[in-house]
Amino acid sequence: MSETSFQVSVGEAFTAEDVAEAAEKPTEQVARYALRLGDDALILAQQLGWWVARAPELEEDVALTNIALDQLGHARAFLSYAGLAWGKTEDDLAYFRGESEFVNAQLFEQPNGDFAQTIARQFVASHFQFELYRQLQGSANATLAAIAAKALKEVDYHRDHADQWMLRLSLGTDESRRRMLRGLEVIWPFVEELFRDDELTDSLKGVAAAPSSLLEGFEKSTAAVFARCEIEIPAGFVARGGGRLGQHTEFLGHLLAEMQVLAREHPGATW
Amino acid sequence: MAREETESGAIDQDALARFDEIIAADERIEPTDWMPEAYRKTLIRQISQHGHSEIIGMQPEGNWITRAPSLKRKAILMAKVQDEAGHGLYLYSAAQTLGITRDKMTEDLITGKAKYSSIFNYHTPSWADMGSIGWLVDGAAICNQVPLCRASYGPYGRAMVRICKEESFHQRQGFEILLHLSRGTKEQHEMAQESVNRWYAPALMMFGPPDADSPNSAQSMAWKIKRFSNDDLRQRFVDMIVPQSEVLGLTLPDPAIKWNEKRGHYDFGELDWDEFYEVLKGRGPANSIRLERRRKAHEDGAWVREAAAAYAARESEQAMAS
Amino acid sequence: MSSPGGGEHETWPLWEVFVRASRGLSHLHAGSLHAPDAEMALRNARDLYTRRNEGVSIWVVPSSEITTSDPDEKDAFFESPKGKRYRHAGYYTEAEGVKHL
Repeated sequence: MSETSFQVSVGEAFTAEDVAEAAEKPTEQVARYALRLGDDALILAQQLGWWVARAPELEEDVALTNIALDQLGHARAFLSYAGLAWGKTEDDLAYFRGESEFVNAQLFEQPNGDFAQTIARQFVASHFQFELYRQLQGSANATLAAIAAKALKEVDYHRDHADQWMLRLSLGTDESRRRMLRGLEVIWPFVEELFRDDELTDSLKGVAAAPSSLLEGFEKSTAAVFARCEIEIPAGFVARGGGRLGQHTEFLGHLLAEMQVLAREHPGATW
Repeated sequence: MAREETESGAIDQDALARFDEIIAADERIEPTDWMPEAYRKTLIRQISQHGHSEIIGMQPEGNWITRAPSLKRKAILMAKVQDEAGHGLYLYSAAQTLGITRDKMTEDLITGKAKYSSIFNYHTPSWADMGSIGWLVDGAAICNQVPLCRASYGPYGRAMVRICKEESFHQRQGFEILLHLSRGTKEQHEMAQESVNRWYAPALMMFGPPDADSPNSAQSMAWKIKRFSNDDLRQRFVDMIVPQSEVLGLTLPDPAIKWNEKRGHYDFGELDWDEFYEVLKGRGPANSIRLERRRKAHEDGAWVREAAAAYAARESEQAMAS
Repeated sequence: MSSPGGGEHETWPLWEVFVRASRGLSHLHAGSLHAPDAEMALRNARDLYTRRNEGVSIWVVPSSEITTSDPDEKDAFFESPKGKRYRHAGYYTEAEGVKHL
């Protein structure tokens, strides 16, 4: 391989910086909606960041980090946009809100567990986000539509990554199948919350993707994977939810404490 | 592959002459070429150690991913640590062309048999360490690595070309972290200075012991694996970082640093090599922690690797049957 | 003989990765990696070798499936083309200065 046989380029795409500079100030409602999607992605990125140097094989370290970086990119875009409404930056929102001000769905704050549980969460998250962004790219709000259009392609890959591992863990060995089923059992109670409409989403017709409208696509695409995995669609507990209202499971506080500790030791500092 | 010596066990003189010819002509040795066993062993040792260093080197920085103080810094740090995984992979692949498996290299690493760069056996208690590692540790690594792009073993040189290209952002992002801290609040400035004080000497020791105490260097240079001596590279590095530290507004913790007009280089003080050998022997601040983390990741991942292998075997059986 | 490094048994076998940098160019060898099967090898290659927009298409091949020429027969293999300068345009000097030739 000569030095010229591979090329490196930056690649043009819509980034958080573009949003912060170019987007119009969103309405309060739109900002609250963007905050939800941003928090989902941020919490997921934070969780996946933990896996760095802990994955089952080095190639998977690289793969999980790519997904984490994509999610972090989506989070930054949504938070930057939401922040315009309140004169806040992405970092103000990420580092200086308390637990009850976070409006991610509870799914995203569920712990990594073992690799199977992480894949179970990743499977649900990416199939949900795929349906969400697919609809949102047609939003009447141009900024949300642009963020969604970029995110959609990336989440499509995350979905494929999760599907591939679902197959291998479900059909690999007895041990991996046992762990995969347990991971799904832990994660599945948090699926229902993702598809609940509420006052905010009802008030943003044509702008937000109505959560309930995403369920059909989600069920169809996940059912196809479950069939290949020879797994029954999980049933059982349904968690109470409330993440969109700032009500969280006991895991989020710890996650935020770690994420925010340094920034909060130096309020007003830049990095 | 052609790694066996001739059946009688005697070295094939023609092959050796051909090997020497290639080295002398500054051409590259490729995996299927005959090569002296000592050359192969030296390369396996050096390339796998280099790979291990990248892999273990993910940990001190990985330590701050979940606590990075801004989302931009979090993204940069993640991308950088990810590159280190990638670089470990490129290097393991290069070593594998010499006839050692990844499984064996991993085993050597987690059983403590293989060595890696001692620098990663230091802790990263402060965010500023992300700056110091980028600026000083990666800076030193780059000084070491750029000449390795011309190493006589083809796959190693090619891996290094890719690595050097990708690493160009690593040192800059570290410098930028320190610059922001140095120009930030009083606490931030102190954080930066304290960190540079800790990393300066270990970074200089990354070039290895003084030439007089580096027994393997001469052979490696004759084989054109290594192109410059430890002391030459160290001097080159000091000459780079002294002016850079002035831009940063930070001092280097060595009162002996002084421009020497006659030599055209900066003079600098003696390093504490006892400390170097202590860390090398496993008595560094974090040796056991680094190894344990790697061991745990490997052991915890065993069931995943086995599952994927079992699935692949099953799929290929089914494909054959149908 | 197979590609160096591909012959040994491992939990996940070794794959060679070829990347097409952009349309109109050939796939070039980028490096290698480990993966349990072809599907994962492609994905690992995407994650590892195209993180900086290096490619628009990827091939993966099990290293053990690559057949290489025998280095011990290098002379026999690669001697013949040497000395056959008439295969190259530069051999034909009499046409020099004539346009469109």
